[in-house]
Amino acid sequence: MAESKKLSLIAFSGDFDKAIAAFTMASGAAAVNYQVNIFFTFWGLNILKKKKRRGTQGNGALAKAFNYLAGGPENLPMTRLNLLGAAPRMMTRLTRKRNVATLKELFEASKALGVNFYACEMSMNILGLKLDDFIPEVKDVIGVPKFLDISSGGETLFI
Amino acid sequence: MATKFLDITADSCPMTFVKAKLQLETLGDGQSLEILLKGEEPLENVPRSAIESGYRVDSIADNGDGSHTLVISKS
Repeated sequence: MAESKKLSLIAFSGDFDKAIAAFTMASGAAAVNYQVNIFFTFWGLNILKKKKRRGTQGNGALAKAFNYLAGGPENLPMTRLNLLGAAPRMMTRLTRKRNVATLKELFEASKALGVNFYACEMSMNILGLKLDDFIPEVKDVIGVPKFLDISSGGETLFI
Repeated sequence: MATKFLDITADSCPMTFVKAKLQLETLGDGQSLEILLKGEEPLENVPRSAIESGYRVDSIADNGDGSHTLVISKS
Protein backbone atom coordinates (compact mmCIF):
# COMPACT_ATOMS: atom_id res chain seq x y z
CA MET A 1 0.00 0.00 0.00
CA ALA A 2 1.26 3.47 -0.81
CA GLU A 3 1.67 5.08 2.62
CA SER A 4 1.67 8.62 1.24
CA LYS A 5 -1.96 8.56 0.12
CA LYS A 6 -3.85 10.67 2.60
CA LEU A 7 -7.08 12.68 2.56
CA SER A 8 -8.15 14.94 5.40
CA LEU A 9 -11.55 16.59 5.52
CA ILE A 10 -12.69 19.47 7.67
CA ALA A 11 -16.39 18.80 8.25
CA PHE A 12 -17.64 22.24 9.27
CA SER A 13 -21.15 21.95 7.90
CA GLY A 14 -23.87 20.00 9.66
CA ASP A 15 -25.93 19.96 6.48
CA PHE A 16 -27.30 16.68 5.20
CA ASP A 17 -26.14 17.05 1.60
CA LYS A 18 -22.67 18.26 2.60
CA ALA A 19 -22.39 15.32 4.99
CA ILE A 20 -23.17 13.02 2.04
CA ALA A 21 -20.36 14.72 0.11
CA ALA A 22 -17.96 14.33 3.03
CA PHE A 23 -18.70 10.65 3.64
CA THR A 24 -18.71 9.85 -0.09
CA MET A 25 -15.20 11.26 -0.35
CA ALA A 26 -14.13 9.62 2.91
CA SER A 27 -15.42 6.12 2.19
CA GLY A 28 -14.38 6.21 -1.47
CA ALA A 29 -10.85 7.29 -0.58
CA ALA A 30 -10.55 4.78 2.26
CA ALA A 31 -11.74 2.03 -0.10
CA VAL A 32 -8.85 2.76 -2.47
CA ASN A 33 -6.30 2.71 0.33
CA TYR A 34 -6.09 6.32 1.41
CA GLN A 35 -5.61 7.15 5.04
CA VAL A 36 -8.65 9.33 5.74
CA ASN A 37 -9.08 11.78 8.59
CA ILE A 38 -12.16 13.89 9.30
CA PHE A 39 -11.95 16.87 11.64
CA PHE A 40 -15.47 17.71 12.75
CA THR A 41 -15.91 21.31 13.81
CA PHE A 42 -18.86 23.59 14.61
CA TRP A 43 -22.10 22.25 13.07
CA GLY A 44 -20.21 19.22 11.79
CA LEU A 45 -20.16 17.95 15.37
CA ASN A 46 -23.91 17.29 15.09
CA ILE A 47 -23.07 14.36 12.81
CA LEU A 48 -21.13 12.69 15.62
CA LYS A 49 -23.70 13.09 18.38
CA LYS A 50 -24.66 9.87 20.14
CA LYS A 51 -28.23 11.12 20.51
CA LYS A 52 -29.66 10.76 17.01
CA ARG A 53 -32.31 13.48 17.27
CA ARG A 54 -32.73 16.65 19.30
CA GLY A 55 -31.14 16.66 22.74
CA THR A 56 -30.17 19.18 25.36
CA GLN A 57 -26.48 18.44 25.59
CA GLY A 58 -24.18 21.14 26.89
CA ASN A 59 -23.71 23.21 29.98
CA GLY A 60 -25.82 26.34 30.39
CA ALA A 61 -29.13 27.37 28.90
CA LEU A 62 -27.67 28.90 25.73
CA ALA A 63 -25.54 25.84 24.86
CA LYS A 64 -28.49 23.55 25.53
CA ALA A 65 -30.70 25.71 23.28
CA PHE A 66 -28.13 25.64 20.45
CA ASN A 67 -27.72 21.88 20.72
CA TYR A 68 -31.46 21.33 20.84
CA LEU A 69 -32.09 23.51 17.79
CA ALA A 70 -29.15 22.03 15.85
CA GLY A 71 -30.22 18.45 16.63
CA GLY A 72 -28.31 15.25 15.91
CA PRO A 73 -27.43 13.12 12.87
CA GLU A 74 -31.07 12.41 12.07
CA ASN A 75 -31.98 16.11 12.06
CA LEU A 76 -29.43 17.34 9.54
CA PRO A 77 -31.07 19.85 7.19
CA MET A 78 -30.54 20.18 3.43
CA THR A 79 -28.49 23.18 2.31
CA ARG A 80 -31.28 24.11 -0.11
CA LEU A 81 -34.93 23.09 -0.45
CA ASN A 82 -35.08 21.69 3.08
CA LEU A 83 -38.91 21.70 2.95
CA LEU A 84 -39.25 22.08 6.73
CA GLY A 85 -37.08 19.02 7.31
CA ALA A 86 -38.87 16.69 4.89
CA ALA A 87 -36.26 16.92 2.12
CA PRO A 88 -33.53 14.71 3.72
CA ARG A 89 -36.02 11.83 4.03
CA MET A 90 -37.18 12.38 0.44
CA MET A 91 -33.57 12.46 -0.75
CA THR A 92 -32.81 9.24 1.16
CA ARG A 93 -35.76 7.51 -0.54
CA LEU A 94 -34.59 8.76 -3.93
CA THR A 95 -30.98 7.64 -3.45
CA ARG A 96 -32.15 4.20 -2.30
CA LYS A 97 -34.40 3.92 -5.35
CA ARG A 98 -31.47 4.79 -7.63
CA ASN A 99 -29.12 2.25 -5.94
CA VAL A 100 -26.95 5.03 -4.57
CA ALA A 101 -25.66 4.84 -1.01
CA THR A 102 -27.58 6.73 1.66
CA LEU A 103 -25.88 8.98 4.19
CA LYS A 104 -26.24 6.28 6.84
CA GLU A 105 -24.62 3.66 4.56
CA LEU A 106 -21.75 6.00 3.70
CA PHE A 107 -21.24 6.80 7.38
CA GLU A 108 -21.22 3.11 8.31
CA ALA A 109 -18.85 2.34 5.41
CA SER A 110 -16.48 5.08 6.59
CA LYS A 111 -16.44 3.57 10.07
CA ALA A 112 -15.94 0.04 8.72
CA LEU A 113 -13.01 1.20 6.57
CA GLY A 114 -11.25 2.80 9.51
CA VAL A 115 -11.72 6.47 8.70
CA ASN A 116 -10.35 8.50 11.62
CA PHE A 117 -12.88 10.81 13.28
CA TYR A 118 -11.60 13.78 15.29
CA ALA A 119 -13.68 16.32 17.21
CA CYS A 120 -12.69 19.99 17.43
CA GLU A 121 -11.86 21.01 20.97
CA MET A 122 -12.74 24.68 20.50
CA SER A 123 -16.20 23.99 19.04
CA MET A 124 -16.90 21.51 21.80
CA ASN A 125 -16.07 24.18 24.36
CA ILE A 126 -18.39 26.71 22.72
CA LEU A 127 -21.28 24.25 22.48
CA GLY A 128 -20.57 22.70 25.89
CA LEU A 129 -20.15 19.23 24.38
CA LYS A 130 -18.14 16.42 25.96
CA LEU A 131 -16.49 13.41 24.34
CA ASP A 132 -19.18 11.29 25.97
CA ASP A 133 -21.83 13.11 23.87
CA PHE A 134 -20.36 11.53 20.73
CA ILE A 135 -20.28 8.07 19.21
CA PRO A 136 -17.41 5.88 20.45
CA GLU A 137 -15.69 5.92 17.04
CA VAL A 138 -14.43 9.46 17.73
CA LYS A 139 -10.73 8.84 18.05
CA ASP A 140 -9.68 12.01 19.81
CA VAL A 141 -10.49 15.62 20.66
CA ILE A 142 -7.94 17.81 18.95
CA GLY A 143 -7.03 21.39 18.07
CA VAL A 144 -5.62 23.03 14.95
CA PRO A 145 -1.92 22.15 15.47
CA LYS A 146 -2.71 18.45 15.93
CA PHE A 147 -4.96 18.47 12.85
CA LEU A 148 -2.18 20.08 10.81
CA ASP A 149 0.21 17.35 11.99
CA ILE A 150 -2.28 14.63 11.10
CA SER A 151 -3.14 16.06 7.68
CA SER A 152 0.43 16.95 6.73
CA GLY A 153 1.59 15.46 3.44
CA GLY A 154 -1.89 14.79 2.04
CA GLU A 155 -4.86 16.53 0.49
CA THR A 156 -7.18 18.61 2.69
CA LEU A 157 -10.74 19.64 1.87
CA PHE A 158 -13.08 21.97 3.75
CA ILE A 159 -16.73 20.93 3.57
CA MET B 1 -9.49 -23.05 -2.85
CA ALA B 2 -12.64 -21.43 -1.46
CA THR B 3 -14.14 -18.71 -3.62
CA LYS B 4 -16.46 -15.96 -2.43
CA PHE B 5 -18.71 -14.00 -4.76
CA LEU B 6 -19.63 -10.33 -4.87
CA ASP B 7 -21.99 -8.63 -7.33
CA ILE B 8 -21.53 -4.87 -7.50
CA THR B 9 -23.20 -4.31 -10.88
CA ALA B 10 -26.14 -2.50 -9.24
CA ASP B 11 -23.93 -0.27 -7.11
CA SER B 12 -22.36 3.06 -7.90
CA CYS B 13 -19.37 4.99 -6.60
CA PRO B 14 -18.20 4.83 -3.85
CA MET B 15 -20.03 1.65 -2.78
CA THR B 16 -18.47 -0.39 -5.61
CA PHE B 17 -15.02 0.17 -4.08
CA VAL B 18 -16.29 0.04 -0.51
CA LYS B 19 -17.99 -3.35 -0.93
CA ALA B 20 -15.00 -4.78 -2.80
CA LYS B 21 -12.56 -3.60 -0.15
CA LEU B 22 -14.66 -4.89 2.77
CA GLN B 23 -15.13 -8.29 1.11
CA LEU B 24 -11.43 -8.58 0.27
CA GLU B 25 -10.63 -7.96 3.93
CA THR B 26 -12.61 -11.09 4.86
CA LEU B 27 -10.44 -13.37 2.68
CA GLY B 28 -8.19 -15.88 4.36
CA ASP B 29 -4.89 -17.01 2.87
CA GLY B 30 -5.45 -18.87 -0.38
CA GLN B 31 -9.07 -17.73 -0.69
CA SER B 32 -10.41 -15.93 -3.75
CA LEU B 33 -13.11 -13.37 -4.37
CA GLU B 34 -15.02 -13.35 -7.65
CA ILE B 35 -16.38 -9.87 -8.36
CA LEU B 36 -19.03 -9.14 -10.97
CA LEU B 37 -18.91 -5.46 -11.90
CA LYS B 38 -20.12 -3.05 -14.53
CA GLY B 39 -18.58 0.21 -15.77
CA GLU B 40 -15.14 1.59 -16.53
CA GLU B 41 -14.39 3.10 -13.14
CA PRO B 42 -14.70 -0.04 -11.01
CA LEU B 43 -13.02 -2.04 -13.78
CA GLU B 44 -10.01 0.25 -13.57
CA ASN B 45 -9.90 0.94 -9.85
CA VAL B 46 -11.02 -2.26 -8.09
CA PRO B 47 -8.10 -4.34 -9.41
CA ARG B 48 -5.66 -1.48 -8.96
CA SER B 49 -6.51 -0.92 -5.30
CA ALA B 50 -6.55 -4.69 -4.70
CA ILE B 51 -3.00 -4.98 -6.05
CA GLU B 52 -1.96 -2.00 -3.92
CA SER B 53 -3.33 -3.80 -0.87
CA GLY B 54 -1.25 -6.89 -1.63
CA TYR B 55 -3.88 -9.08 -3.33
CA ARG B 56 -3.35 -10.91 -6.61
CA VAL B 57 -5.63 -10.38 -9.62
CA ASP B 58 -5.95 -13.83 -11.18
CA SER B 59 -8.25 -12.98 -14.07
CA ILE B 60 -10.42 -10.33 -15.66
CA ALA B 61 -13.08 -11.68 -18.03
CA ASP B 62 -15.31 -9.62 -20.33
CA ASN B 63 -18.80 -11.09 -20.09
CA GLY B 64 -19.88 -9.40 -23.33
CA ASP B 65 -22.84 -7.64 -21.77
CA GLY B 66 -20.97 -4.65 -20.36
CA SER B 67 -20.03 -6.50 -17.21
CA HIS B 68 -16.71 -8.04 -16.22
CA THR B 69 -15.79 -10.80 -13.80
CA LEU B 70 -12.66 -10.38 -11.73
CA VAL B 71 -11.04 -13.06 -9.64
CA ILE B 72 -8.84 -11.71 -6.87
CA SER B 73 -6.88 -13.87 -4.44
CA LYS B 74 -5.13 -13.42 -1.18
CA SER B 75 -1.69 -14.90 -1.68
